[in-house]
Amino acid sequence: MEELLRVLVSNQLVFAFALVGITIWFSYWLSDTFTGGRIHGSAIAISLGLVLAWIGGVLEGGSRGIADIEVLAGIGIMGGAMFRDFAIVATAFGADIRELRRAGLAGVVSVFAGIFVSFVVGVVIAVAFGYDDPVAITTIAAGAVTYIVGPVTGAALGADSDVIALSVAAGLVKSILVMTGTPAVARFIGLDNPQSAMVYGGLMGTTSGVAAGLAATDPRLVPYGAMTATFYTGLGCLLVPSVLFLAIRAMF
Amino acid sequence: MIVYGVALLSACLVIGLFLGELLGTLIGVEANVGGVGIAMLLLILVCNLPWFRPLAEGAPGTGISFWSGMYIPIVVAMAARQNVVAALDGGLLAIAAGVAAVVASFALVPVISRLSKRPAEPLKTPEGAD
Repeated sequence: MEELLRVLVSNQLVFAFALVGITIWFSYWLSDTFTGGRIHGSAIAISLGLVLAWIGGVLEGGSRGIADIEVLAGIGIMGGAMFRDFAIVATAFGADIRELRRAGLAGVVSVFAGIFVSFVVGVVIAVAFGYDDPVAITTIAAGAVTYIVGPVTGAALGADSDVIALSVAAGLVKSILVMTGTPAVARFIGLDNPQSAMVYGGLMGTTSGVAAGLAATDPRLVPYGAMTATFYTGLGCLLVPSVLFLAIRAMF
Repeated sequence: MIVYGVALLSACLVIGLFLGELLGTLIGVEANVGGVGIAMLLLILVCNLPWFRPLAEGAPGTGISFWSGMYIPIVVAMAARQNVVAALDGGLLAIAAGVAAVVASFALVPVISRLSKRPAEPLKTPEGAD
């Protein structure tokens, strides 16, 4: 047993490949057997991943889900930003440049609209919960933009750490909901072509959420959605602590 | 050689992320602005250039499609390392803010999609088997 553990711990990443493979195989089996393929196997696999992340968080009390368990640390490497970005870029191989041009304007508009709408919604909720300090309101609303914009804004404005934690939590809820909710609503919002995928990526903006949401809906849409989503967090970090904060300070 | 394709992919990502960092510094934010998106554009452009085409076809091409095919497994691993507990610990305010932001953004997808130049057509071929 000790020998096995030693092998697994020193080959974390390779072991992760096997584990993820088994998880995906099991998810497709569930999909075929219980839903007749109606709920996509990758959607089930992503949800299973989130459940495992929750279990890992409860067991270890860390912030990296199941990857905080030592033998499973390879999942953390495989699912980290480096491999995620590498694979996202690879999906662009075979993307149609004409589609990108066609959605150009809509793609740019969607990024600005997405930041603005999520921010405003965040402000409304923060005020509804009784916050009246512009710094706290802006920080919480920044979390509704993404879980990176939240703490970046909070740090820039000098928000309390409990407010920053709230903003991160709001961003995580958003990201997880985009992962799991996208396949369910795709049909109703016309998410079945490259152009609407670019708009979707720009509006949602959470790279992880968009990456998983499109994977579970139709993997061929991934490059288009990911392309616009990657501009969102950077622009959010620019706009929220500056222009949008000034607007909030003028109001409260 | 498969590695030529992988090397091309890697070069695109590193250059893209570097340009994204520079863009971030330029506009004064501590974030990478569009690095991955720039890398994707680079890869698309490079694959369409005649000098680089040998790197995007045959064996080198399989080096890129392999990583493209690993996309979903990587996303599943990514899901398994999210801080789900913190998301739920945020309580009602965090959940309300996250849910409302997502609902509002979903609702805007069809509205902004109308700005596209030509009426969009759904991708034709049926969903791939995997």
